[in-house]
Amino acid sequence: MAVQATSPVSQQQASRDQVAVDLGGVARSYRDRRGARVPALDGVSLCVRSGEVLAVVGPSGCGKSTLLELICALQRPDAGNVASLPAVLMPQRDLLLPWLSALDNAALALRIAGHSRARARERAGVLFAELGLGGFESARPDELSGGMRQRVAFLRTLLSGKPVLCLDEPLSALDAITRGEMQNWLTGALLREPRTVVLVTHDVEEAIVLADRVLVLSPRPGHVIAEITVDLPRPRSGVDPAAIALREQAMQALGEGASR
Amino acid sequence: MSARLRRILPAAIFALALLCAWELYVDVGGVDPFVLPAPHAIAVALWENAGFIAHNFAVTAKEVVLGLGVALVCGSLLAVAIHLSPLLRRAVYPWAVGSQAVPFLLITPLLVVWWGFGILPKLVVIALVCFFPVVVTTVDGLASIDPDQFKLLRTLGASRAQAFRFGELPAALPAALSGARIALAVGVIGAYLAETLTPTVGAYAGLGHEINADLTALEGARAWAAATVLFAFSIACFYSLTLIEHRLAPWAHKAKGDER
Repeated sequence: MAVQATSPVSQQQASRDQVAVDLGGVARSYRDRRGARVPALDGVSLCVRSGEVLAVVGPSGCGKSTLLELICALQRPDAGNVASLPAVLMPQRDLLLPWLSALDNAALALRIAGHSRARARERAGVLFAELGLGGFESARPDELSGGMRQRVAFLRTLLSGKPVLCLDEPLSALDAITRGEMQNWLTGALLREPRTVVLVTHDVEEAIVLADRVLVLSPRPGHVIAEITVDLPRPRSGVDPAAIALREQAMQALGEGASR
Repeated sequence: MSARLRRILPAAIFALALLCAWELYVDVGGVDPFVLPAPHAIAVALWENAGFIAHNFAVTAKEVVLGLGVALVCGSLLAVAIHLSPLLRRAVYPWAVGSQAVPFLLITPLLVVWWGFGILPKLVVIALVCFFPVVVTTVDGLASIDPDQFKLLRTLGASRAQAFRFGELPAALPAALSGARIALAVGVIGAYLAETLTPTVGAYAGLGHEINADLTALEGARAWAAATVLFAFSIACFYSLTLIEHRLAPWAHKAKGDER
């Protein structure tokens, strides 16, 4: 790796080559209600470069959420090692606090970091408006649509200031039309506010539309069975022939994983 | 017809019907006015004794408001302590429940020995009556936060104190305010009880004391007039607290529509 980076461009290049998340041979099991050990992940190795958007797809129950909790240090692996820059989890449910306005929800991490209410609002407000949420600042969560709630939840995750975002099926609860809009919005938001992203989803099309690279996990216990690099210009469309070809490729890997 | 009028009308018509039935029952049914005075006699007594009743009302209102205040402060502090400490919950909660079963006649002599004939023994009785609903509803309210929301606060880096401040405390507010409304309703009866059970020196000893004295002095209509004031006070306080609740915790009402 080039060390003597001087110009801003090459610095950016250097930071892109840095490793943000590194998992080696990670295994993790949990106990079910009867106390039996259920292996969730077995021998997962993956590496995410700084600024990369990595999507992880796999069948239900293959340990995708566990993977994110490991990266965010909310769980410890039974075996293997997990190294990551500070990471924040955006859970599947938006979990907006009903007693806070949309803007205050987005600014929650800033409040927790010790900023005054006014300062937190001011800082969050800039991004809030830039990402197309202007006008909804004082709306209460129960007044927002599902898509808007997810946007606010994403903003809250973004404003936590952590370099790595772990998104756990953030769009799975939305209807198809809203999901499409949200994919575009998310693409735009990440172009404006680049972060390292690990996106877990069971929607292969979504993975292709959003990610630089897609990893396919096997059924439980999950491990990586395929890797697909998505080298398409953004914003992408799921019905673009190149995207469809990649989707076929991923679906095939999923199918082979399931029949094994 | 305005919305406000429409909301008040059913209660007004109900009250009017009740008063008419009462008046007829006493006038036509030949009920002894010492047993049950007619509404018009009560109205006359209220008019003629307005000053006297007003002075007694001031005493009782002060007792109720202060007693409720003491109960709210002590009750919510205890609820927070119980919420944060499982040990304290096990040690104290059963006794808080048991405190409701104490016949006040047993302890009022002690209260008088300790604090004399002033307002303090009465505050203790009222606070004891009000305390329980505040503790129970607040303890439940504090535990009512969605565990995932609590976890989210912690993943965003919130300390235990911050999770309490941003999560559990506002989550408990609607329930705690409902507890305050229940406490108020029983607090007015508590004031009557307190005035009955503890002696007072001075010209005006409160409405409860006055009711008892009037009944012995065969001033039935005046006793009923005093009771009417207590009754109105109770209703007014209840709805004031409801308004405060709507102001402080608007999110708790949105989903249910605009009912009161």
